[in-house]
Amino acid sequence: MSDEEEDLILSELNDEELVEQMMDDLYDGMKPEIEEGVNILLERGWAPYRILTEALVAGMTIVGNDFRDGILFVPEVLLSANAMKGGMAILKPLLAETGAPRMGKMVIGTVKGDIHDIGKNLVAMMMEGAGFEVVDLGINNPVENYLEALEQEQPDILGMSALLTTTMPYMKVVIDTMVEKGLRDDYVVLVGGAPLNEEFGKAIGADGYCRDAAVAVEMAKDFIKRRHNQMTAS
Amino acid sequence: MLVLACGAIAREVMALIRLNGLDHLDLACLPAILHNTPDRIAPALRAAIAKHQPNYDRIIVGYGDCGTGGEIDRVCAETGATRLPGAHCYAFFSGVETFDAVAEDEIAAFYLTDFLARQFDAFVTRPLGLDRHPELRDIYFGNYEKLVYLAQTDDPKLTEAAQAAADRLGLAFERRQTGYGDLVPALQDA
Repeated sequence: MSDEEEDLILSELNDEELVEQMMDDLYDGMKPEIEEGVNILLERGWAPYRILTEALVAGMTIVGNDFRDGILFVPEVLLSANAMKGGMAILKPLLAETGAPRMGKMVIGTVKGDIHDIGKNLVAMMMEGAGFEVVDLGINNPVENYLEALEQEQPDILGMSALLTTTMPYMKVVIDTMVEKGLRDDYVVLVGGAPLNEEFGKAIGADGYCRDAAVAVEMAKDFIKRRHNQMTAS
Repeated sequence: MLVLACGAIAREVMALIRLNGLDHLDLACLPAILHNTPDRIAPALRAAIAKHQPNYDRIIVGYGDCGTGGEIDRVCAETGATRLPGAHCYAFFSGVETFDAVAEDEIAAFYLTDFLARQFDAFVTRPLGLDRHPELRDIYFGNYEKLVYLAQTDDPKLTEAAQAAADRLGLAFERRQTGYGDLVPALQDA
């Protein structure tokens, strides 16, 4: 890093430069700088939703693309996500107050027998960044947890995650139970996790397999749009 | 006959060939680090089988499922190769039945074998970036409760290394002597 960069004072940058710098800082996983940038933009009168989309989500999209393309690796993505989390923590309470658009609602959780949540947490964060309300059930969820949350939260989307070959079949248990109870068609079911693939997603009766968090967001938006179109048509 | 194995069990396969006089078995290995990108295992295996198949009447694939979501089994089905039992080397070293019986109660256990105890930094610390960013430790391991060292041999230095790994990850430590488990009959009956 050059001396010039070390001396960079975020508050002296104009809006455009600051947003660009925040995207760089997000890429480099610099949480305190992201928090500072968010606060500066708020002070300058930016709407929380605008900060979220133009600085944080846009920056994280670059991180996601570079991860997909093999330029960045998991540790760097986690540092970026942690930085974004810092910014989100400031913005989240303000989003609802300021009338940010709401895309839909998602219940998400890692399946029974599985304690891995890195991918699930990334998806939850990016979904929130895209304007979804996310109810995170955490890890090791038996089918009862999902059903209870569906009933209580009435989400549009159910997301399930698994990292292990031994736990991923449990997703089918959840979907089959939803079918048995006549609930399956009330929700969009998205699944993801390292050992999964599209074929598996289809075989268990999910609506979509999400390779990564960015795909999850795009797929979720697409399904919500289709639902709205169907409702409008009927 | 060829055992086409993950580098992470090469030492153990060699030891069993030597100890049991299984001279009809040759060993070839793929890099163990493929485990850090499981989607690359099946294609590498497919290519290695294609290379070796003309020279052997039978190939045993020295892998578990290894987080490939059934891809290794698909390669075996395509090529007529057979693979070791179980989902992971943890399972066949423990004995698949024994491992499966405790697996449900041990979902918060992070397993090491002799190989991983020996290569902890190269296969865990550095690829996960914990050497550069120790603050990521709890993001990776926060949901785990204990590190279980499945010991193939009785080597105090490896036990010490495994214990040190547990300390660094902030996990309780347990050592379980497994020996070579189901790897023995899998090779003997081959």
